[in-house]
Amino acid sequence: MYAQMVKTARVGVKPRDEMTEQERAFQDRVDANEKIEPKDWMPDDYRRTLIRQIGQHAHSEVVGQLPEGNWITRAPTLERKAILLAKVQDEAGHGLYLYSAAETLGVSRDELIELLHQGKMKYSSIFNYPTLTWADVGAIGWLVDGAAIMNQVHLQRTSYGPYARAMVRICKEESFHQRQGYDIMMKMAFGTPEQKAMAQDALNRFWYPSLMMFGPPDQDSVHTAQSMAWKIKVATNDELRQKFVDQTVPQIEYLGLTCPDPDIRLNEETGHFDFTPPDWSEFFAVLKGNGPCNKDRLKARITAWEDGAWVREGMLAHARKKAAATAAAE
Amino acid sequence: MTANVMAVEGNTLFNWLLRLGDNTLVLSHRVSEWCGHAPVLEEDIALANTALDLIGQTQMWLGLAGEVEGKGRDADALAYLRDAWDFRNLLLVERPNGDFGHTMMRQFLFDAWQNVLLNRLKDSTDPRVADIAEKAAKEAAYHLDRSRGTVIALGDGTEESHARMQAALDALWDYVGEMFLDDDVDRAIADADVGPLPSSLRDAWDGIVNATLNEATLTRPDSDFAQTGGKTGRHTEDLGYILAEMQFLQRAYPGATW
Repeated sequence: MYAQMVKTARVGVKPRDEMTEQERAFQDRVDANEKIEPKDWMPDDYRRTLIRQIGQHAHSEVVGQLPEGNWITRAPTLERKAILLAKVQDEAGHGLYLYSAAETLGVSRDELIELLHQGKMKYSSIFNYPTLTWADVGAIGWLVDGAAIMNQVHLQRTSYGPYARAMVRICKEESFHQRQGYDIMMKMAFGTPEQKAMAQDALNRFWYPSLMMFGPPDQDSVHTAQSMAWKIKVATNDELRQKFVDQTVPQIEYLGLTCPDPDIRLNEETGHFDFTPPDWSEFFAVLKGNGPCNKDRLKARITAWEDGAWVREGMLAHARKKAAATAAAE
Repeated sequence: MTANVMAVEGNTLFNWLLRLGDNTLVLSHRVSEWCGHAPVLEEDIALANTALDLIGQTQMWLGLAGEVEGKGRDADALAYLRDAWDFRNLLLVERPNGDFGHTMMRQFLFDAWQNVLLNRLKDSTDPRVADIAEKAAKEAAYHLDRSRGTVIALGDGTEESHARMQAALDALWDYVGEMFLDDDVDRAIADADVGPLPSSLRDAWDGIVNATLNEATLTRPDSDFAQTGGKTGRHTEDLGYILAEMQFLQRAYPGATW
C-alpha cells in the first residue's frame, strides 16, 4: 500500500442528517457504485483527501525507483538487468498515470512535487529502507509489490473514476513485478548457501516494514471510516495486513526460509495466521523522517529536480520559440 | 553460413562482434545510472527504455559472438567475466554521464553513428548479423529521433541550456573520430561484405550531425583530434570502475546462478 496515514479532511463519518442535499446525492451515487468523474460535483473534503492519497501514491512510485535503481548497475545477469529496468520503467509510468489522475482534481504535478520536496507530502515508509544485497530486489518485488497489490486490487473499484482506471493498468503490471520478485527469491533460496543467506537476510529486514505498509491498526486509524464511506478506501488496514500474512507465510515455507516472527502460527479456529504486529514506534519514527534512508531519498529527488531545472526551462523555451515561429508563419 | 562468411576468420568475426556488443553494453550501463535521477519523469522513463533496448541488443550481439567463438561462453559470460583489456567498445560510450545534456549529446553522437551502421548491416552477407541489425535498427531509429530532438531543443532553448550543450559537444568531440577508424579487423569484415568500413560511415553521419547542430544553433568543433584505443582494448580509466560495479556479483560469487 503506497498511501499510509492519509488524513481524511474530517474525523469520523459525516452523518446523513448533517449533509446538504448535494452531499446526500453524492453519497447516494457512491453507495450505488457509480463512478465519480472529474467534472462531477464532489465534497471539498473528498477532493482534498483524494489529492493527498493519489499524490502520496504517485510520490511512492517515483521515490520507489531509488532503492531498486540502486541495483540496476549491479544486476547479476543481462536478463535480470533487463527485467529490472523494465520494472523500474513501469514504476515511473505508474507515477505518471497517478499524477495525471491527481491533476483531474485540480492540482498540478509540479505543485505536488513541490509539496513532497518541502516535506509536506509523504511517500510510503517502505522506501526509506535500504537495499543492501541483490536479494533485496527480490524481496521488494515479492513483499513490497505484493503488499501494494493487496490494496490496489481493491482500489480498482474505488469511487473516483480516473483513480480506479489508473489502478486497473497498474495492477496488471504489479502482478508481473511480484512474480519477478518471487522468481529472484527462488533462485536465491535454492541457490548457494551464500545466496540463501542473502534471501533470509532480506526477508528478515523487509518482513516488518512490509506489514507496516498497510498503515496503523484499525483502532488507531481515525481516517478509515470516512474514506470507506466514500469508497476511496475499500478494505481496512488490518484486513489487508491479515490477507497479506495469510498469503505470504506459505510462500516463505515453500522457499525454505524462516519467518522472522517466531510466534507466527496458523490459528485453527479462525483459519488465519496469528502474527506479531510490527513495532509501531518505528513506523511513526520513519514517517516523521527518521528511517534509515529518509534524508538520502528526499535529497536524491530534490537534487534530481534542481539539477534538471535548466533542462525543463530549455525544453520550454524551445517549445515557445517553435510555437511562435509556427504562429508567425500562419 | 555463406561462403563469404567463411572467408572471415572466426577470431576476427568474434572481435568485431564484441565491438558491437560492448558498445551497447557499456552505453546501457551509463544510461541506466540515471534511474530515478532524471530532470523529469518522462525522461526517467525514456532513459530506462533506452538502456533496456541497448541491453537487448547486447544480448543479441554478445550471444552471437559467443556462438562464433565456440568455446561455450554465452552473452553473460562475455559481459561479466572479461576484464577491461578484453572489452572492445568505443571510448565514447564509457565517458561519464556528466549532466543530462552531456548524456544526451553522447547518446546523439552514438545514435547517429549506430543508425548509419545498422542500416548498412542489414545488407550483411552474414544472415545472423543482418537479422540482428534488422531488429536493432527500429529501436535505434527511435533513439536517434529522441536524442536528436533533445539536442535541438536544449541547444536552441535558453542561454544556459545552449552553453551546456555546446560544452558537452566540445568535451565529447575528441571521442568522435574513433567511430570512423578502420583497422585490420574492419578491413577483413568489409572484404567479406559482413560489415562496412567505419570510414565509409562518416559522410552519412556528418549529414545527420551537421543538420542537427545547425538546427540546435551549436557550433561543430574545429578539430580532428581523436582519442583512440577502445576498439583494441586500451580504455580510459572509467571502464575499470564500470566493470567493477557491473561484474561485482558474478565475481564475488563465482558459479552461482541468479
